[in-house]
Amino acid sequence: MECVFGMVGNGFSLVVADSSAVHSILVHKSNEDKIMILDSHKLMGASGEAGDRAQFTEYVQKNVALYQFRNGIPLTTAAAANFTRGELATALRKNPYMVNIILAGYDKETGPSLYYIDYIATLHKVDKAAFGYGSYFSLAMMDRHYRKDMTVEEAVDLADKCILEIRSRLVVAPPNFVIKIVDKDGAREYAWRESVKDAPVSTS
Amino acid sequence: MSRRYDSRTTIFSPEGRLYQVEYAMEAIGNAGSAIGILSKDGVVLVGEKKVTSKLLQTSTSSEKMYKIDDHVACAVAGIMSDANILINTARVQAQRYTFAYQEPMPVEQLVQSLCDTKQGYTQFGGLRPFGVSFLFAGWDKNYGFQLYMSDPSGNYGGWKAAAIGANNQAAQSILKQDYKDDITREEAVQLALKVLSKTMDSTSLTSEKLELAEVFLSNGKVKYQACSPDALNKMLVNAGLTQPATEES
Repeated sequence: MECVFGMVGNGFSLVVADSSAVHSILVHKSNEDKIMILDSHKLMGASGEAGDRAQFTEYVQKNVALYQFRNGIPLTTAAAANFTRGELATALRKNPYMVNIILAGYDKETGPSLYYIDYIATLHKVDKAAFGYGSYFSLAMMDRHYRKDMTVEEAVDLADKCILEIRSRLVVAPPNFVIKIVDKDGAREYAWRESVKDAPVSTS
Repeated sequence: MSRRYDSRTTIFSPEGRLYQVEYAMEAIGNAGSAIGILSKDGVVLVGEKKVTSKLLQTSTSSEKMYKIDDHVACAVAGIMSDANILINTARVQAQRYTFAYQEPMPVEQLVQSLCDTKQGYTQFGGLRPFGVSFLFAGWDKNYGFQLYMSDPSGNYGGWKAAAIGANNQAAQSILKQDYKDDITREEAVQLALKVLSKTMDSTSLTSEKLELAEVFLSNGKVKYQACSPDALNKMLVNAGLTQPATEES
């Protein structure tokens, strides 16, 4: 089942998400990217109802873009996090989005940051965060091994430890993960951790 | 000829003019003036109060300067009742922004949102435009200190020094001559007072006829400070723009 987690290191933030699209007992797809690149320096890792996730992250992404077009300046990560929380809070009393979000970003003034936002519109600025069944294992791993001054390599190593723990301890572990990072040079895909490829289509 | 077109705010005349908007600007030309000067360490706003009666007891000591948010203030020239409406919407906009983003609203966005409201009244029928010009002084983390001027048409622009209200053209030309790019806040206050002393009708300046407000940084935080009448009087005496009270009697 779903695993999304992230952490802040020295000069960067990192977000990891599983890439399984699951419905009931069936896996439809194992290369679904659940980390949206919001703008040049923001990442939004999301878990929850697949439709809501796609709809909501895209809605936020488009609003962040609109703000930038209108005002010529980008939203800070903190502002984007608060905007996201506000949207979830208004939706909560109407027709709630079932999405949990880990928002990572890098700002010139404040450096890297990470925000925990859940579907009931909770917002926390944190150093490490996790959602889904994988959180039981990834949070424990991060509690044990996380340091504030980690380099990208050390953080990816810790992410790999988390993934290994999820794969070995979780009954319903997803096979594949994607890792993305954001630092002063921008937000980008860092690596995939795949143990299953989609079955090749036979040509015969 | 113009009769046919100037009763409607939203219709162009054959010469391509909007008479009601022009009349609104005319109305501001008779109002008490205000001057804003941008300096490297702050923004200065000075306004001329039109004293209507000695018996008038205003509810606030300030009638031309309004704080819109912690980091933005404005000076008004024109119809005050119109201004009150716009100031209220500006304050609401600023708070809405902070509610959505938990950050102070960038100054230009605030000015723009207000000017969008003003513009609406030059296009949608049945209403007259707002007869107000504003000077906005503010600070934000992106562009530092800023000064904006807006008119009834909904136009706005960023300025280093600007004047609105009565005699604004004369004031503007003195500012053009005397403004230096590296002016300090203190010098800006002096310059603003000097300009007002030359463009105001009355002979001597007193704190009863003037208002002074500044936006600047203190301990890394934005501060809006309106000058008290006593401090303003002292400043005027020091600048040689008025006689000390003792000599007058």
